[in-house]
Amino acid sequence: MIKSPFRRALFPALFAGLAAAGPAAAQTAADLAGAPEQGIDARINEAIGPVADVFAGVIFYSIPVMGADLPLIVVWLVTAAVFFTFYFGFINFRGFGHALRLVRGDYEDPNDRGEVSHFQALTAALSGTVGLGNIAGVAIAVSLGGPGATFWMILAGLLGMTSKFTECTLGVKYRRVNADGTVSGGPMYYLSQGLAERGMGGFGRFLAVFFAIMCVGGSLGGGNMFQINQAFQQFVNVTGGDASPLAGRGWIFGLVAAFLVGIVIIGGIRSIVRVTEKIVPFMCGLYVLAGLVIILVHWADIPAALGAILTGAFSPEGVAGGFVGVLIQGFRRAAFSNEAGIGSAAIAHSAVRTKEPVTEGYVALLEPFVDTVIVCTVTALVIVITGTYGTPDTDGVSLTSQAFGSTITWFPYVLAVAVILFAFSTMISWSYYGLKSWTYLFGETRAADVSFKLLFCVFVVIGSSLQLGAVVDFSDAMIFAMSLPNLIGLYLLAPVVRRELAAYRAKLRSGEIRAHQHVPPAGAPARR
Amino acid sequence: MGQLFMVGVDGSDGCRRAVDFAADQAARAGADLLLVHVIEWSRYEFLSPSEVAERHRQRERELEDAQTRLLDPLRDHLKAAGAEPRTVIRFGHGAEELCSAAAENNACQVFIGRRGRSRVTSLLFGGVAGALVQIAPVPVTVVP
Repeated sequence: MIKSPFRRALFPALFAGLAAAGPAAAQTAADLAGAPEQGIDARINEAIGPVADVFAGVIFYSIPVMGADLPLIVVWLVTAAVFFTFYFGFINFRGFGHALRLVRGDYEDPNDRGEVSHFQALTAALSGTVGLGNIAGVAIAVSLGGPGATFWMILAGLLGMTSKFTECTLGVKYRRVNADGTVSGGPMYYLSQGLAERGMGGFGRFLAVFFAIMCVGGSLGGGNMFQINQAFQQFVNVTGGDASPLAGRGWIFGLVAAFLVGIVIIGGIRSIVRVTEKIVPFMCGLYVLAGLVIILVHWADIPAALGAILTGAFSPEGVAGGFVGVLIQGFRRAAFSNEAGIGSAAIAHSAVRTKEPVTEGYVALLEPFVDTVIVCTVTALVIVITGTYGTPDTDGVSLTSQAFGSTITWFPYVLAVAVILFAFSTMISWSYYGLKSWTYLFGETRAADVSFKLLFCVFVVIGSSLQLGAVVDFSDAMIFAMSLPNLIGLYLLAPVVRRELAAYRAKLRSGEIRAHQHVPPAGAPARR
Repeated sequence: MGQLFMVGVDGSDGCRRAVDFAADQAARAGADLLLVHVIEWSRYEFLSPSEVAERHRQRERELEDAQTRLLDPLRDHLKAAGAEPRTVIRFGHGAEELCSAAAENNACQVFIGRRGRSRVTSLLFGGVAGALVQIAPVPVTVVP
């Protein structure tokens, strides 16, 4: 926890940072009072757009490489993922089977029944990552980078599995159990405590605060504005496009969504979440299934599509920046979607009470696999195989919708429902990540709690009014900025994870940790 | 080591009747009584991140509620009648957990109350009693 004088100084500073949004919100209020309503979205854009540009310019500082602008932050993420993959001896592949067994409950201690299971930890974290990044983000990558972006996205997903393993293991190891039995954890805690153990307490605290501030931004950007923006776009698509009664009036959609999010996170009405949490996994399954159906319908085009993906990955034609340009698009959208190396998942996983931190790391490495290697790849293949990626003036979710709609005419309506649900569940998850960072900065007080939740709801309205470009830049910038302090911490603490892993493997070998056989209850009818 | 009679308990009326009946039978046979309550829980249920964070506290609360509101009053009620029952709380699927509890404690009989739900709900959801009868390792008495 941060010392109080520092905290008092931080409040104004952070609000100054958010002040950019303040006038816009005030402006919106003024507009609502007496402006022609068509202008509200446009005014919000005018106010916020330039701020988003400045943020993005700083975070995505690029160097020219082979005719493309290579953002250093992408290099930063990929380097870490590659390094950890080698450092942990390709645990992303070798630990895959063990991860599946953990999720199935094979190693569950009977005394822990009723606690959060590995399966629940995995699905809770996935509810935050499977969102519009998988549906709209992939479309952005393919429309900007061509089919080849798919290849780099899959590779980034596979490498990202190790980053996730590392950060979630640390999240559990350095979590703090509060007096009331709840658990606080995540990068804020492993950065401050883990580095303090290594004699870098001051540096660790600085990184922790830096991470928390960026995570608040990330939750308002990628975890909120991007989600609602694309959900609204799909809503307009299926209600008549430009002729839709809500076209250009995103703020109305935003107000409704903000109200719904508000009653869940401020009002504590859990029933909505219970319903969405139940439906979202099935929607995700339905989405993947529909994608596979479309791929099978176009089975004759599969070889050509795979050819386009491979040639496009290494020698693309007509893509800005050539091969490097494609690689950047693929990696950027994969990282945005699966959040490997960003640190967000560590917040979700650290709440699980397990005796072995490494088990949580194992489980977490399945996340980028499900999120990127399965869901994102299905989206990309559908867009490539239906040949819709060259459509002018179509980007983001509209492109995905068009690709699915070209084969299953009614699917855009299903997609609209799925997208709104995905957006909602991702927003609820990210509001929690943002809140944990916010209360880390300002203390676990009621005032801090409510102020963040209100701010989160305001950003729902802003996000649905903005143009896609501004939202993507701001969201990316914030999410990627989280990886700066997080990965520094992971590099410094990697030996800790390695020791944990070695100790865990030794226990497995010695039989101290055994798989509990799934015995059917005694007397269960024998199968004849 | 005497015989052990086990009773599956919840908060229903049928449960009270089953407990009384089992206590009566146990007194005649000179058997000990074990009251088992199962809190429905599945490792495959979906939770949101904030629910994950709250889960441990939630579990403690569920355990405490079951003990103070259900098992303690039942035990006091039986003590007044001269019995000394043990109590156990388990998490999981009702009938399966009752079977495991019966096997682990070497119970020689299981008693359970009938919810007495309408035919339609039983068809749709199946009662714990019905499932238990199908899979129990020892004789089951369903008390109406």
